[in-house]
Parts: sequence; structure tokens; C-alpha cells
Amino acid sequence: MMNTLLKLHDVHTHIGQYHILQGVNFEAMEGQVSVLLGRNGAGKTTTLKTIMGLTPASQGDVQFQMQSIKKSPTHKVAKLGIGYVPENQGIFSDLTVEENMKVAMRKEDTAAMERQQYVLELFPDLKKFWKKAGGHLSGGQKQMLSMARAFINDSQLILIDEPSKGLAPIVVEKVMEAIVEMKKQTSIVLVEQNFMMASRIGDTYTLIDDGKTVHSGNMKELIQNEELKRKYLGIG
Amino acid sequence: MMKKLTWKHLSFVLMLAILVLLPFVNDSRTLIILLTQIFIFGILAMSYDILLGYTGIVSFGHAMFFGIGAYTTAVMLKQVDTTLSIFLLSIVVGMFLAGIVSFVVGLLTLRLKSHFFAMLTLAFSGLFLVVAEKWRSITYGNDGFTFRAPEMFKDRITFYFFVLACLVVVFIALYRFVQSPTGRILIAVRENEQRTKSLGFQTLHYKVIASIIAGTVASLAGSLYALSLRFVNTSVMTMDITLDALLMTIIGGVGTLVGPLLGAAVIEYAQHTLSGMARDYPIFERWIIFFGILYILAVIFFPKGIIGSIRFIISNWRRKLKAKRKTPPALSHEKEGFE
Repeated sequence: MMNTLLKLHDVHTHIGQYHILQGVNFEAMEGQVSVLLGRNGAGKTTTLKTIMGLTPASQGDVQFQMQSIKKSPTHKVAKLGIGYVPENQGIFSDLTVEENMKVAMRKEDTAAMERQQYVLELFPDLKKFWKKAGGHLSGGQKQMLSMARAFINDSQLILIDEPSKGLAPIVVEKVMEAIVEMKKQTSIVLVEQNFMMASRIGDTYTLIDDGKTVHSGNMKELIQNEELKRKYLGIG
Repeated sequence: MMKKLTWKHLSFVLMLAILVLLPFVNDSRTLIILLTQIFIFGILAMSYDILLGYTGIVSFGHAMFFGIGAYTTAVMLKQVDTTLSIFLLSIVVGMFLAGIVSFVVGLLTLRLKSHFFAMLTLAFSGLFLVVAEKWRSITYGNDGFTFRAPEMFKDRITFYFFVLACLVVVFIALYRFVQSPTGRILIAVRENEQRTKSLGFQTLHYKVIASIIAGTVASLAGSLYALSLRFVNTSVMTMDITLDALLMTIIGGVGTLVGPLLGAAVIEYAQHTLSGMARDYPIFERWIIFFGILYILAVIFFPKGIIGSIRFIISNWRRKLKAKRKTPPALSHEKEGFE
């Protein structure tokens, strides 16, 4: 039986005076790709930020490996083993690819070097532009660097926010292949607008609408449920 | 392992050689004093660059650390003795005190958002200024006091070499620091603090480290400044000193270390020349206005500063050269034909 790695129970989040999350319930299982789906502005990115402690929850609970992380500061959440690939890549544009990787690498031990070797095989472009400043990379390369950076530490869970956003279809295909490959080593929570991509790599889904969880289940069920897709994703 | 010798190393050695040989070629007192001031403010501007250029922190209270160094040296040389060892000890004590103050101030203020931080540093700096004004038994208030320099520094050229040595040591140490893993994290904090946190770094610790390093180096500059004048008053703790450091850093190029040095040279030289011209042309009595115009023009037309602009021009030129090499000659003719 698969273990629950991450659990959000009735999470509410306020940003300033705005009540963004109004009751998000979500579970991510070990070894799976759990997808957060919903329309623009539904609260998917805020959910990831709340997990990371960047916009802390005002109500409810966030548990990682059965431990509450609701009040943990961001750096502690990351150290517990949650990697984060933010929307719009989030790389350091003044640092080179090598420096971006080294900053992310909390310990430069053998295991980390092996993981670095692995990600460089997964994303050969990064090796090619090793000494190039992050700001000079293309959108796809930046996305790859961002994902590689999250993977470099021994993270048990990686949160990936809209990896296909603004990328060419051929690059999206590459990113998808990489996520499938990464899934063999870690669990993933994916926020994705591109339903085609999400449905191909996701194992489970959670639908968020107006800051609330409205549905969750197996991805195969959602693929066949035209009603849900039309109502909450505007597809079909 | 031997490191590759680059043009950067060569220009550093060449510049150093020129500065070492200069007093033997031209021992003009004015020139030596001007260069000494440039070196001292260069140290101060480099320390500010660690905050502004590498960590993205705007501080309005940097003069506080400069003042701590200046007063520590002045008070110790006046009250204790005028020997070299006391002077060196005063530098160490000043740096230690500045380190403690920057640690406490950093810990209290760096949690805040940038503008609140800037305002609080201004408030702390004001507090130190008031202490310097009111603690008359030690500081002699606004009037300040003169003191005697150690015997060996009575010779301006010896002092010039001492300050130059300090500058070189500080430059190399800060250069190594910004290239270190901690330096890389500071750059990451400057670019995006939230991203850095989500990689697992307690960014406050790194900002406090930057604040301590900047504070201690500024204190060294203050000690040297006090000795260069053999006089100290509350002007060393005023906002003018912070603004000078800020402008030297911006005009030279933030986040470059060499830029602030160059900025210090430009500003000190401009101040010296413009105020000197006032003797012949009365309009330059208001030289500070021309200086203000110079600042505005520099910030509008060279927002990246001198070094940043030079780097930008070189990288553009290289890119164009690369593109030219890649384009086959026949194709470029064809293109010209179409146009």
C-alpha cells in the first residue's frame, strides 16, 4: 500500500486582505505524480506556496510525512525534503548554470555529485551551457535548470508549478519525459494548465475551484469524465 | 593547481605596479593626499558594494560603522598613546565594535522589507550621531578634536603605502568572499530572496553575514580616514558619508567591487577639481550643484555604472563579432542586395 507523503486538510490562506485558499484538501502519495488542476486564479500556485511556507496557511493543517509543517519557515520545509520548481522557472539569472546548481546543492557530497551527473544526463543542454549565465538561457533551458536544481538534493517530494508555461510543444515533450524519468526517483506534485500533459503523466488529480477542493481521484477517471472536465477545466 | 592567468590578473598587477611606483616618480603632496583619500573611500565603497551590489540591501546607516572606526582610532590615539601598535590595535577594536553593532542592527532590522530596513538603519545611524554629539567628554561634540599620528605615519608617503596595502588586502579578501559559496548565496538573495529560501537557506543569516563584513570593512576605512586627517568630528557619522559611499558604488557599477573603487576615484577627483576651480571661477564656488548634475547625468545615461557599461559594451561587441563570423560572406552580400 502506498503511503501518504503530503496531506493538506481544510487549508485556508490569506494574502493581505484577500482570502485566497478557502478550504483546500489534498493528498500526495509516495512514488506518484499528483496533479493539481483548475482554472486560472483557482488557487493552485498559492497551494504550492502554502506548502512551502511562502504564503503560510491561516487555518487548517499541512502535513509532510505525518508531521505538521504549517508553521515551519520556508527554508526548514525545503530542508525536510521538499523541492520547489516555481512558476516562470525561478532561476538566478546572474549566476551561471554551474553556480545555480551549486547554490541549490546544500551538501557537495558523493550522493549529490551522482545526482548532478544523473540530471545532466537527463538534461544534456545544461552541460553544454555549464558556464553560461542563467539569464542567457532559452525558456526551455531555464525550465530544465529549474527542475534540475530541485532534483539535486535528496528531495522526497518535488512541487512543480506549470512547467509547460510559455514553452514550445517540442520542449514541453522533453520536459514531460524528464518528469516521467524523475518520478522513478521521487514523488511529484504537479500544477499544470495543459490537461494533455497532466493527463499523460499524472496518477491522481485534485480539482481546485475558487480556492476550494471540488473533486479528487484517479487521473484515469477524470480523463473519462467529460462533465467534470467541461465544468472545471473548460475542456470538451 | 595553477590558475590560468587572465587579463583581469594582468591589469590588477599593472595597476598595482603603477600605484607603487607613482610616489617615486611624482611626490606631489596634493597628489599623494588625493590618492590616499581615493583608496580610503574605495575601501568604504567596496564595503557598501557587499550590501548593495551583492546582497541587494540599501542601507542609509553605513556612516555609523565608518564613524565607529574613525572615533575608535582617534580616541585611542589621543587617550592611550600615539604608537603604531596602539594604532593597529585601534583598527582591530574598531572593526570588532563595528562587527558587534552590525550584527545587532542586522539581526533587528534585516527581517524587515527593504524600505523599512533602510529607514531603520538611518534611525540607528542618527542615534550614533547623537551619542557622538552629546558624549563631549570623549568626542568633544561637533567641534571634534585633533590627535597625533604615530611617528612613522607623519611621512605622507609611508601612510600612502600603508593605505594602499590595506586596499589591496581588502580587495583580494572581498573578491574571494564574493566568489565563495556564501558569496553565491548572497547573489541569489539579491536576485530573489523567496527562491533562495525555498532552496533551504535561512536568508537572514546570510544577510547578517553581509552586514557584518560590510560594517567591519567600513570601520577600517573610518580608522584610516581619521588618521589621514589627524582630526575627527561628528561629520564622519553624517548622512553625507553614506551618500558618498552609495554614489561611488552606483557610479562605478554595483556588484563589481572594482566599480566602487573607480567610483571613489571619479568622485574624489571631481570634488577636488571642482572645488579647486572655485579659486579662478566664482561660479564653481557652488561646485556641489555641478556635482549634483554630474550624478544625475551618470545615473540617467549609465545606470549600470562605469564598469557595468563597459562590460555591456564589450559583451555586445563580442556578440556582434561572433554573429559576423557565423554569417557566410555570400549570404551577407545577398542580404545587403535585398536591402
